[in-house]
Amino acid sequence: MKFSGNVHKFGADIDTDAIIPARYLNTSDPAELAKHCMEDADPDFVSKMQNGDVIVADKNFGCGSSREHAPIAIKEAGVSCIIAKSYARIFYRNSFNMGLPILECKGAVDGISEGDKLEVDTDSGKINNITTGKSYQAQAIPPFMQELIAAGGLMEYVKLRGASA
Amino acid sequence: MGMTITEKILAAHAGLDEVRPGQLINAKVDIALGNDITAPIAIREFKKAGATKVFDKDRVALVPDHFAPNKDIDSAEQCKVLREFAKEQNITHYYETGVMGVEHALLPEQGVVTAGDLVIGADSHTCTYGALGAFSTGVGSTDLAAAMITGEAWFKIPETMKFVYNGKMGKWVGGKDLILHTIGDIGVDGALYRAMEFTGETIDGLSMDGRFTMANMAIEAGGKNGIIAADDKTKAYIKGRAEREAVFYYSDEDAKYFDVREYDCSKIEPTIAFPHLPENTKGITEASSLNIPVDQVFIGSCTNGRFEDLLEAANVIKGKKVHPYVRTIVIPATPEIYKQAMKEGLLEIFMDANATISAPTCGPCLGGHMGILAKGERAIATSNRNFKGRMGSPESEVYLSNPAIAAASAVLGRIGSPDEL
Repeated sequence: MKFSGNVHKFGADIDTDAIIPARYLNTSDPAELAKHCMEDADPDFVSKMQNGDVIVADKNFGCGSSREHAPIAIKEAGVSCIIAKSYARIFYRNSFNMGLPILECKGAVDGISEGDKLEVDTDSGKINNITTGKSYQAQAIPPFMQELIAAGGLMEYVKLRGASA
Repeated sequence: MGMTITEKILAAHAGLDEVRPGQLINAKVDIALGNDITAPIAIREFKKAGATKVFDKDRVALVPDHFAPNKDIDSAEQCKVLREFAKEQNITHYYETGVMGVEHALLPEQGVVTAGDLVIGADSHTCTYGALGAFSTGVGSTDLAAAMITGEAWFKIPETMKFVYNGKMGKWVGGKDLILHTIGDIGVDGALYRAMEFTGETIDGLSMDGRFTMANMAIEAGGKNGIIAADDKTKAYIKGRAEREAVFYYSDEDAKYFDVREYDCSKIEPTIAFPHLPENTKGITEASSLNIPVDQVFIGSCTNGRFEDLLEAANVIKGKKVHPYVRTIVIPATPEIYKQAMKEGLLEIFMDANATISAPTCGPCLGGHMGILAKGERAIATSNRNFKGRMGSPESEVYLSNPAIAAASAVLGRIGSPDEL
């Protein structure tokens, strides 16, 4: 899939409490969660955010809790994809399971600034920074993850497997 | 070439003789766990997929522990989703308030998880059960939903990092200090995607409660699981509890490790994690010299809410009073622990010291209820995370420590050691 949007840049070790604070976890309604997306990392994020925008972050994005509310809030807020140097493992797994495209690319993170306009092709991993004219190649998405995406997420994948069992 | 304990458990549950790091497998799960935050999403996905029955009513555990006893109407609605699903599916391991405890203290205590198990839980601290010699790891709600339907989950075999602990631990040092020291050494992503295997003579000497504390915090170094091979202590612990036959796995002599790190525990001080990451560690000598006042002390959680933790805190606080402006909140992690603390006089010691005691719940650890911090306030807690805003206001601070340091700090009104009392 191809996306284009402006960059909201974050630092290292952005934890799930920053992405969606536990004080809002008394609901699992995506629209409610999206209202508080990234609130404790940047209280103005939701007001600045435009549909299709991209989160760019340093290492270990999404560390901490297993709460799927974190990728749900990000996706529902309209973020098209995330580019980070690395992801915490449960966040990584959750994102694929529920269909939020995420890419790993160290070079892109260092070469992209807040507000830059990007074009991202999540299939090929190609990232074009329209603002600076530079382009980057993200790590290929592992084949099994591609299968999950092709099936439409883990639940669809399970249904397909169930049907063939 | 040999295999590690983690590789052996994963291979056995995938019906394979051998697995290697990087390999993808589909494995059978012994227990799939959810709580009042994560299970409602899993149940929604389960129904959306058209599923009508869980794969095995004895293999799904639902523990409404985070915001229960229900803290508000929305939380009550979430717990209700669990209760109704548990009734509909006749789930054996559903725990209503009264028998409910903090999930990662409760399931081992009740024998729901045992050595050799493969456990997934929609809670990041599911890695706790590695202390029994099980493979257990945190997943999200969608993974839980899929496992409730199929009884299986997909895994990439992790590389293993081996941590060897030798030497006699000093006074006031325990499992919490060993794991905080380790996280301080390798960082919050130092074991990212990897298994953490804890071994050595100090681990052999550590109680089961201390081992649970260590495995519990593997996730704070980014680990997929933390694991300690079973020994006589493990066998004594699971005897009479475990509802399934335990299977004991051990790493081969020639197993391959990504890294081996050794620690001389005689040199490890009681360790404090400063805001806002568990890797920001300092020894108590330095921490105490900084004269850091606290507004609240929390002794509890899946990390340090077990009996031995309460005993350690009670021994420090006995006959003293907590500082007049420090709220000291003690939360026994399960009803069994609560009862034992009552029988052995611990609750009276805490109450005489002007500490308060709450019903089992995760509560303040994640800023849920039972002790939320205001703007500018500071807490020292025996829990596992000190992220910004973790226990309340985004402008509050959390320091992490063992129970003895937390109890001493309650009396001193600042972060300090029992030796200063």
